[in-house]
Amino acid sequence: MRLHEYQAKRILSQYGVPVPRGEVASSMDQVRQTAERLGGRTVLKAQVLTGGRGRAGGIRLANNSDQATELARQMFGMDVRGYMASKVLVDEAIEVEQEIYLGITIDRSISQPTVVASAQGGVEIAEVVHETPERVYRIPIDPLLGLRVYQVRELAENIGLSREQLPRFSPIALSLYRAFVEYDAVLVEANPLVVTPDGDMVSLNTRMVIDDNALFRHRDLIDMRDESQETPIERLARRHGISYVRLGGRVGCLSNGAGLAMATIDVLRAHGIKPANFVDIHKEADAEKMAQGLQFALNGASQAVVINVFCSLSRCQEIARGILLACQKPDLSVPLVIRLEGTDAQAGRALLESLAAERGPAQVRIARSLRDAVRHIGDLLHGARSGEGL
Amino acid sequence: MSILVNQDTRLLVHGMASREGAVYTERMLASGTHIVAGVTAGEGGTWLAGVPIFDTVREAIRATDANAALVCVPPSEAMDAILEAADAELPLIVCATAGIPVQDMVQIRSYLRYVAGAAIPTPLAEQGRAYEQPRQAVLIGPASPGVFSPGKSMVGAAPEGIFTPGSVGVLSRSGSLAYEVAGMLTQAGLGQSTVIGIGDGLIVGAGFVDILAMFEDDPLTEQVVLIGEIGGYGEEMAAGFVADRMTKPVVAFVVGHTAPAGRPMGHQGALIEGYAGTAQAKIEALERAGARVARTLDEIVQLLERG
Repeated sequence: MRLHEYQAKRILSQYGVPVPRGEVASSMDQVRQTAERLGGRTVLKAQVLTGGRGRAGGIRLANNSDQATELARQMFGMDVRGYMASKVLVDEAIEVEQEIYLGITIDRSISQPTVVASAQGGVEIAEVVHETPERVYRIPIDPLLGLRVYQVRELAENIGLSREQLPRFSPIALSLYRAFVEYDAVLVEANPLVVTPDGDMVSLNTRMVIDDNALFRHRDLIDMRDESQETPIERLARRHGISYVRLGGRVGCLSNGAGLAMATIDVLRAHGIKPANFVDIHKEADAEKMAQGLQFALNGASQAVVINVFCSLSRCQEIARGILLACQKPDLSVPLVIRLEGTDAQAGRALLESLAAERGPAQVRIARSLRDAVRHIGDLLHGARSGEGL
Repeated sequence: MSILVNQDTRLLVHGMASREGAVYTERMLASGTHIVAGVTAGEGGTWLAGVPIFDTVREAIRATDANAALVCVPPSEAMDAILEAADAELPLIVCATAGIPVQDMVQIRSYLRYVAGAAIPTPLAEQGRAYEQPRQAVLIGPASPGVFSPGKSMVGAAPEGIFTPGSVGVLSRSGSLAYEVAGMLTQAGLGQSTVIGIGDGLIVGAGFVDILAMFEDDPLTEQVVLIGEIGGYGEEMAAGFVADRMTKPVVAFVVGHTAPAGRPMGHQGALIEGYAGTAQAKIEALERAGARVARTLDEIVQLLERG
C-alpha cells in the first residue's frame, strides 16, 4: 500500500527526520492559511500515488500566498497519469545546495533489507541504477543487528559526504530504517534528501510503501488508505481478495493462479489478441468468488472472456457452479471460452457441458486445453483461425 | 531418488485443526502421503482422519518421528509456525501459507541461515550428542503449492492424474503452471522425479539456485524444467548457476511478457520494478547460460524430447 507524500512526511518527522515546515490542504482556504502562516515562498505539491508529478505540473513554486492559492486552484482535481489530486501539500520553499538519494528497500537479489544511497538525488532511483549504476551504493542490513552506524559512515563516504555532514546524515539514515521496520515498509525513501546552504539536511520528498501482507498488524495504516486513488473496480477486487489489472484490450482473462493467468494473456498476445484484463481469483476459490471474478473479467471485455482454471485445492465442480451463478443472466454480454482442469474435473465439466448445450457455441464454449481455448477465441473473433504454436 | 520428499517422508501438518489443514490433510491422504501427525496449539489429543494432533511440534516429533512439515496456518501465525518447526530440527518445511509479511520472511531466513550452519546449543546435561554435519533446514515457500515426488510422496495438494514418476525435475514459482506443465509432461510420457513449487513473494525460502543444485546432485533426475515469471532476480541467478555448475539439460519457460511495469500480477513477487525483472531480461540471461528457452508451453515437451 502506497502512502501519500504528506503521510510519509508526517511519519518520518515523528522519527526525527528533518522535513520542511508545511501542511496538507484539502481546500483553497487551507492552502491560503498555510501559505500565509509560512510566509514567503512555498512549494505546492499535488498528492497523488504516482510518480512523474513534476512533469505533469504537479509541483509548483509560489512567491506568496495569493499565487499559492491560484496554483492550488489549478492543482485540486488535476489528473496526473490517471490519478486525481484531492489534496495539495503546501511546504516552505527551501534553498538547495546538494541533492542526495537515501532509501531503505528490500533487495531481492539477496533477500535482505538494504540501505541505498546516491549522490544523484532528485530523480527516480531506477533511472540512476539503469544509467549510472556505479553511482548507486547499497549496503545489506542484517535484521539481527539492524542498520549500524559504521555502515552509515561507509555509505556517507561512498557518496562523497564530508565528515562534518555525517552527524546530520547518520540519524536520518537510522530513522529511515527504524520506520521501515516498525511500519512494515517495503520501501522508505528520502528523495531528494537535500543539503541547504547552511549545511542542514532536509528530506524534501518522502515516500513510504507498506507491505500489504502486514496491514493486518497496522490498523492505523489501514485507515490511512486513500481509496480515491483506486478505480471502483480495483477497490472492489481488493476487498474480495481478487487480483485485477486492467490491460485495455477486448478479451477478458480469468484464472485461478497468477502464473496460469500470465501464461494465458501471453498466448493471447502472441496471437495478436489484446487482453482486456488480468483476473486471478487465487487458489481455494469457491463458487461465489469465481462468480465475482467472472464479473471483473467481463468488465471492459468487449469481445470475449477466456477462463482458464486448474483446480488443486478448489474443486472444478465448485468453480463450474460459480460460472453458472454468474451466467444466470439470460444473455451473456460476450461469449465465454472455458477451460477447466484438475481436481473433480469430470464433475465440473459435466456442469459446463449442460451450460454450453443450453447457450450454444455463440455464447459458451468448452476448451480441452489452453491451446484449444485460444483457438476458440480466435474463431469467435476472426472466424476460422488455427491455434498452432501455443 | 528424487529430492526433498520420498518414501521415507513422515509428514507433520502444522495447522491441521483448521479448514485449510483439513483440506490439505484429506487431499494428501488420498494421494498416499505418509502423514504421521498434526499440530494445532490447543487441539492436542484430538484426531483427524486417523492422524493424531499435538499442541507443539516437538511433542509431535517425539511421538511420531516426523521429519518434514507442511505449514498451512494463517499468515499472521506463519512465522511462529516456521520458526517452531526449524527450532525442532525439522530438515524440510514446506510453507503453503501465502501472504506472509515480508519482514517476517527476513527474520525467518536469518534464523534458517543460523541453524543451517550452527550446532544446536545443548545444555551440559545432554552433551554427548555429536553433530557430524551441518543441519539441513530447507524452507520451501511461502505460497508453495507443494513438493511432489510422484510414486513416493506428495506434500501439498496434488490434482489427480497430473503427476507420474519419471526423470524430469520441475521447479516453478507458479503452482498453477507447475500443474499445467506436469500434466503436459505426463501426457507426453515424460514422468517427473520431483515437482517443486518454490512459491511467491518479495522474499522466499529456497530459490531456483538451491533447487537446481539438488537436481544436479540427484541420480534420478536427468533433465530439468524451470518455470519462471517476471519480477526479482531468481531466473537471472539460476542462469548463473546453469552456466557454472549444471551439467544436466535445463528447459526454461518464463511468463509475464505482456505485464505492465509497476503492477504486481497476482503474485506479490511478479512485479517489474523500474527496468528490473522483465521476462525478456530473464529469457536472455537463461539463453546466454545455455538453457533452452521454450517460447510456448507446447515447446517445453519438444525441447525435452530432443534430449
